[in-house]
Amino acid sequence: MPENALPKLEVKTALAAASGNAAPLIEIKKLSLFYGQAQALKNISLSIRERVVTAFIGPSGCGKSTLLRCLNRMNDLIDGVRIEGSVRIGQHDIYAPDVDVIELRKRVGMVFQKSNPFPKSIYDNVAYGLRIQGVKNKSDLDAAVEQSLRGAALWDEVKDRLHTSALGLSGGQQQRLCIARAIAVKPEIVLMDEPASALDPIATARVEDLILELKRDFTIVIVTHNMQQATRISDDTAFFYMGELIEAGPTQKIFTNPRQKRTEDYVTGRFG
Amino acid sequence: MERHFEQELAELKQKLLTMGSYAEKAVSDAVNALANRDLALALAVRANDKVLDQFELEVDEMAIRLLAKAPLASDLRLVTVALKLTQNLERVGDEAAKIAKRARDLSKEPPLKLQLELPRMAALAGDLLKRSLDAFVQKDPAAARALIPRDKEVNALHKQIQAQIIEHMKESPDHIARCLHLLVATKSLERIADHAKNVAEEVVYLCEARDIRHGGSKWTAT
Repeated sequence: MPENALPKLEVKTALAAASGNAAPLIEIKKLSLFYGQAQALKNISLSIRERVVTAFIGPSGCGKSTLLRCLNRMNDLIDGVRIEGSVRIGQHDIYAPDVDVIELRKRVGMVFQKSNPFPKSIYDNVAYGLRIQGVKNKSDLDAAVEQSLRGAALWDEVKDRLHTSALGLSGGQQQRLCIARAIAVKPEIVLMDEPASALDPIATARVEDLILELKRDFTIVIVTHNMQQATRISDDTAFFYMGELIEAGPTQKIFTNPRQKRTEDYVTGRFG
Repeated sequence: MERHFEQELAELKQKLLTMGSYAEKAVSDAVNALANRDLALALAVRANDKVLDQFELEVDEMAIRLLAKAPLASDLRLVTVALKLTQNLERVGDEAAKIAKRARDLSKEPPLKLQLELPRMAALAGDLLKRSLDAFVQKDPAAARALIPRDKEVNALHKQIQAQIIEHMKESPDHIARCLHLLVATKSLERIADHAKNVAEEVVYLCEARDIRHGGSKWTAT
């Protein structure tokens, strides 16, 4: 046997990524996004299945968070943004002129990297969206707050101090409170932009467990830089690079046998 | 600059290759000890089995250390394949030691006058092991796949030799003790070919991420 070490490994097969059988809830077609002259997303087409967790991965600046924000039109808030192509949620093109963006954001909730509770009580944070929707009845609000806090696996920790400030919670609890606030208005889809990146491993594990629970009721799209997190919680994964979708498919396939060399290089940390 | 992680992966591969060469040598020495009634060589093979046991422990430890660093894609496949290869190679060593033990005992008895295809079977099993390890070195899944059906040739020879030995035992009951030694050695050669086939299957998984054992699993066969 030769004494030299093995040459570098290659993935020799080009296997089609199967996306499973569930009907897609979100259909992104030929989506491009420009910040002025700069193109941040390039002709992206991607289907996102209902009630599964889809992870967006890729190096910083690859467009994954930009694409996430396209799904509830958060980019509308940025000056100079121009979008081509379409995003359909169910039967509706969310970029159609007659779309009510407020209604859209009720259907598509969002949780950010840094927890951002309002400087109000725990109760008021969770009830906030419902009150805006016109829910006034106290027993309805009480029930919804409890249900949302239970759904976010926070109820047992806060049930005795619902009317104290949310800012007194730990970082991990604040992030779960933000998830409770997002699900209180019963969206169909929850977008999460690195929701656990500022949390310690124990708080991260709780948020990850929560995400796995939530997918029974919600479709979840999560941006993460943590490859192991993507393997732990997502069913499907999409890899982006420089504004392009390089590869999408079942998470297990992306992380054991990606089709594209760029995906392989990224997930094994040999990028660049 | 090569990253520490890649350096550790390279060390793991190197360790496996060294272990593979020891396993090959153990088989060829055991077969030679049996064929040439070489007591000293038989004793050496048995003593050297501890070396392969030690390799197994070391490769396992390296692989577990690498798994804790959460490898993915081809790195993940290499580490999991390493865990399986090392187990197969250690068992090849065990089988070689069994052959050596029988060679030791037979060397103290008068030779049996039996026309068996044992040398051919030994050559086939040894060749399968060598080629499966070559396929690992060359990352050659096609070569690995080509080896898999050849295990059946070894199985057929095993059956044929077994039948001949049993027939001889019926005819010459006073040869039974020596025949039993030969039966065990033949079985060990058959097992060595099985382990070589396992190595070949792991090479296919390493290169193609297809699990072809037992007819293949569903999700890797997309």
